[in-house]
Amino acid sequence: MLLDLFKTFFKIGAFTIGGGYAMIPIIQEEIVDKKNWVSEEDFMDVIAISQGSPGPIAVNVSIFIGYKLKGVKGALTCMLGTILPSFLIILLVATVFFRFRNNPVISQAFMGIRPAIVALIASAVYKMAKKSHLKGIRLLIAIATSLVIVFTDISPIYLIIIAGLFAILYYSRKDGKGEP
Amino acid sequence: MANLIKLFLSFFKIGAFSFGGGYAMLPLMKEIVIDEHHWLVNSEFIDILAISEMTPGPIAINMATFLGYRVGGFLGSVVATTAVVLPSFIIMSLIFHFVNKFKGSPLSDYFFRGIRPVVLGLIASAAVSVAMDAYIDLKAVLISLVLFYFITFKNLKAIPAIIIAGIAGVIVY
Repeated sequence: MLLDLFKTFFKIGAFTIGGGYAMIPIIQEEIVDKKNWVSEEDFMDVIAISQGSPGPIAVNVSIFIGYKLKGVKGALTCMLGTILPSFLIILLVATVFFRFRNNPVISQAFMGIRPAIVALIASAVYKMAKKSHLKGIRLLIAIATSLVIVFTDISPIYLIIIAGLFAILYYSRKDGKGEP
Repeated sequence: MANLIKLFLSFFKIGAFSFGGGYAMLPLMKEIVIDEHHWLVNSEFIDILAISEMTPGPIAINMATFLGYRVGGFLGSVVATTAVVLPSFIIMSLIFHFVNKFKGSPLSDYFFRGIRPVVLGLIASAAVSVAMDAYIDLKAVLISLVLFYFITFKNLKAIPAIIIAGIAGVIVY
């Protein structure tokens, strides 16, 4: 199991170009769709927690999922798997290939890869929205959130906290109604 | 040795105080690496950013490994990389135990139910901001749309999609 965790997160670390959210579709595919290690809903909770904590999101997600599956050993294994590919590649770049970024073939490839990242993220959003039956007020909240993030400097942390607190108020009242 | 300690403390700070991940970490990194310690000049910082964008992995890790290597060789890169992920490890450990304790309680259930649409919105906004950089012309938009279709409806996997897109980039540009 530990080896499987390591291999999975090594793969995630090795193919996540662009950092941050670009890794979410890849993690989702590997650990939700393929391995069924966490459910779709749990996965969204993990993203929220990772987003709200300091540090790289990819690293936070891998630590949390490692804990969930195999405790502290799992957390260390997943973290190591995630950071090792970039560590090795950057070491190689720093020692040998510092000039490779001027290679025209590489920059052309990246001009094609960047739009693919957009497609991957958009597709992940589409699938998650469909699975969680996003409509009505919740759809509006999702759209409003992305508009706020794109057009203002407001930190995502505040949006997460505000939404969470409002949900506590809203659902407590709603659930309380039916009771004597 | 003094350099290694400075590296450790600097990257621990970067790891501990950068919320939001990715590009949100850059301002603090810049402040510590350029203004405080003069390990890099501005143009070198941008070069490393470009490399980070082209290589896999979180930018913070790439930056730590690269700078650690420049300041303290292989040992420096190990020290800086460890330092930058250590706060994540400590904080996520605390949160994990905390969340586990409250799991199943209605309040935490309500909280997470409420934030799910926000998280979706956050991820969608990431697609928009990447698109602003990525959509340099109509060809890029086309690559994106075609891949979106195959990924969403034809079950094309992420890694093959990236490889196909890289090849497409070399062919059309």
